[in-house]
Amino acid sequence: MAMLDLTDIHTYYGNIHALKGISITVNKGEIVTLIGANGAGKTTTLRTITGLLKPRVGTVKLDGEDIARHKANDIVYKGIAMVPEGRGIFARLTVTENLDMGAYSRNSKTEYDSDIQRIFSLFPRLKERRNQIAGTLSGGEQQMLATGRALMAHPTLLLMDEPSMGLAPVLVELIFETIQQINKEGVTVLLVEQNALMALSIANRGYVLQSGAIVLQDSAEALKKDPTVQKAYLGME
Amino acid sequence: MEQENTTSWWRKAIQSGVIGGIIAILAGLIGMIESFHARDIIAGRISMGETLLLLIVIGFAYSSSRNEQLPISTRVTSGVITGVVTSLMIVLFLMLGAAVNLRSIFVNASPALYKILTLEIANTSLAYIAIIVIGAVVSLAASLVHAATPFWKRIISSGFAIVLLLALLQDLIRISLTPFPFITSVLSWMFGRRGQEGLSILGAIVVFLIVAGAIYNDAKNGAARRARREALPEAAKRTRRWVNWGLLGLFLLIWPQIAGPVLSDVTNSVGLYILMGLGLNIVVGYAGLLDLGYVAFYALGAFTMGVLTTTGGEIFFDVRWTFWEALPFAVIVAVLAGIMLGIPVLKIRGDYLAIITLGFGEIIRIMFLSDFLKPYFGGSFGIVSIASPTIGGIVLDSPQTLYYVILAACFVALFVAHRLRDSRIGRAWKAIREDEDVAQAMGINLTATKLLAFATGAAFGGLSGAIFAAKLSTVYPHSFTLITSINVLALIIVGGMGSLPGVIVGGLLLAGLPELLREFSEYRLLIFGILLIVMMLNKPEGFVPEAVHKREFHEDENLSHAAGG
Repeated sequence: MAMLDLTDIHTYYGNIHALKGISITVNKGEIVTLIGANGAGKTTTLRTITGLLKPRVGTVKLDGEDIARHKANDIVYKGIAMVPEGRGIFARLTVTENLDMGAYSRNSKTEYDSDIQRIFSLFPRLKERRNQIAGTLSGGEQQMLATGRALMAHPTLLLMDEPSMGLAPVLVELIFETIQQINKEGVTVLLVEQNALMALSIANRGYVLQSGAIVLQDSAEALKKDPTVQKAYLGME
Repeated sequence: MEQENTTSWWRKAIQSGVIGGIIAILAGLIGMIESFHARDIIAGRISMGETLLLLIVIGFAYSSSRNEQLPISTRVTSGVITGVVTSLMIVLFLMLGAAVNLRSIFVNASPALYKILTLEIANTSLAYIAIIVIGAVVSLAASLVHAATPFWKRIISSGFAIVLLLALLQDLIRISLTPFPFITSVLSWMFGRRGQEGLSILGAIVVFLIVAGAIYNDAKNGAARRARREALPEAAKRTRRWVNWGLLGLFLLIWPQIAGPVLSDVTNSVGLYILMGLGLNIVVGYAGLLDLGYVAFYALGAFTMGVLTTTGGEIFFDVRWTFWEALPFAVIVAVLAGIMLGIPVLKIRGDYLAIITLGFGEIIRIMFLSDFLKPYFGGSFGIVSIASPTIGGIVLDSPQTLYYVILAACFVALFVAHRLRDSRIGRAWKAIREDEDVAQAMGINLTATKLLAFATGAAFGGLSGAIFAAKLSTVYPHSFTLITSINVLALIIVGGMGSLPGVIVGGLLLAGLPELLREFSEYRLLIFGILLIVMMLNKPEGFVPEAVHKREFHEDENLSHAAGG
């Protein structure tokens, strides 16, 4: 069953037509990836889903309810959490304070303690550094923190924007393993990536975005074998 | 690099000497030295003006001999060169002043200034030599401080600082001791004779020795005493804390009786500034919304109080309420104005927000000033005969009684600000200060959060303004200029953004000191400017920083600690 259903989304930045009729479906329990070059509209798509941008045309349905015109701060209460592009951590707050902010929508003291323990067991590095200022963490640790913070909101759907950006290959591997693990625990994931090879290797299905429109969609396996994808995004001839 | 360091140190020394000289001459030309000269630090010997000159020489000599890579002899030479160059600059200025009439351009280049600078020595060449000798000796002493151990450095710096502070505040000390004639007579040797200001020489030496003794005692026994205090059981520690707070509370309660009417009035002004500081601290410090028109809420509170309670009969609404009936309305009007300002600027950030709030502050002031609204607000004549608060039939109209109203208001505001900081809304403010988009994605309602910050901040400003109106019993639009907004902002920057103790320290420093030292208030903005620049260079997080900012500004050190540990 479709958990998230975007139908014919048109989003503008002022007069710039950024998304030109995008339709995406994410089913419960899946990892779906959105790949494409810089400026293709990947982040715009995520910002539209989270309500930071409002589409001029189209619907964003979450479990059948149209949330396209909901306020950004209400969306998280519907079960969607985002790991923003470039991590978007609160650089001047501590690791724990960042995680606290992730639980802002929860407002449940009893679950808070077990939630934070869960994040610390998922990312032991964060436990070690829990009193450190987030801005002083390494890139990989910041990515862990941003992911942990999003999970504190108990999302059913996790949106991740370029988690591999600027990370060493070892760390990219670690982050992607974590994504798979989170997914196994029942969280549906919509993953935006430039690193198409990594994204397609863990995803069930994928969409290829080009200049604000979907140009290809298929299972991850099929996309990996697609000659145009191979040429344009996987760096193969 | 090494080569450059060793060959060019003297060039740098001369350079800082020239800068020091320019600053000293400038201080003279703007009249600072002459007006400071009227107050004595050491009665009949050293004036505040001379102290300022000495401090300039000491400061530049000390900093020019700071380079730790050079041998100490070179550093001392460098410091002395700086001092001598500074003195030479002053001598050159005196020669120029003797040859050309500078007064046609610089009003303050008066004979009195020359007299101060020449140390009142009639023979000019002798005076020049004396200036250079003093410059050399003082800078030698200042540079030699670098050779001292940290223990001696502490004695020297704290000793001189406390002597200076006591001498500056001797008025205050003497006034507060008036009710205790016994203590006054016992301590009379400390101060200059009747009618003189400043400490006596003996007084200065004794104070210095007491400070030195205290530091010596602390160095010897301080660690052991702290360890003993640490080792106390939790209950005893708690009792100790309560006793300390109790003593502070008692002191605050009896303060106006010790201080007398004049000092109580100064304290009241400081209290009103602290109240405003606490409010603006929520908007700027907690929520990160730069508000340059904060005085508007102060004005609205004051005028609401005025309009509702005046018995002057010249105002259209002749309701003649009491202070306590009008007070909630003053706060409510300010809160509504806060929300009204907040709504249009919800999507505006940073510099643009600052400009708009700046405009808002001016609009409110001009509104009260306008002839069109004169029947309601009195125009430039303002509102007179504003009611004073009464409690059980007692009219609180003297500074010493009004003090308690202000104290109570400050405590309420402090309590509210403290509780808000760690609350859910406090965390939301912190988050929008860091990143509005991400904060929204966390589920924070930007509209509500921002408006609540503006409204809470405005409430404190309105409260402060209402008490201000009752304190003066008159309000004029001219009392609510941009400079008040800037003072309040400077106060929280100096204290440390977002820090509550910082607001109190900032209030005492920026609102209290200029009131006590009239000479300062004339150069208030200059001194604020210097203070802010020095602070931004050396202590950017403020004097009493909030934990987060402290960490942020000293990240490098944190990192090296982390790496080392």
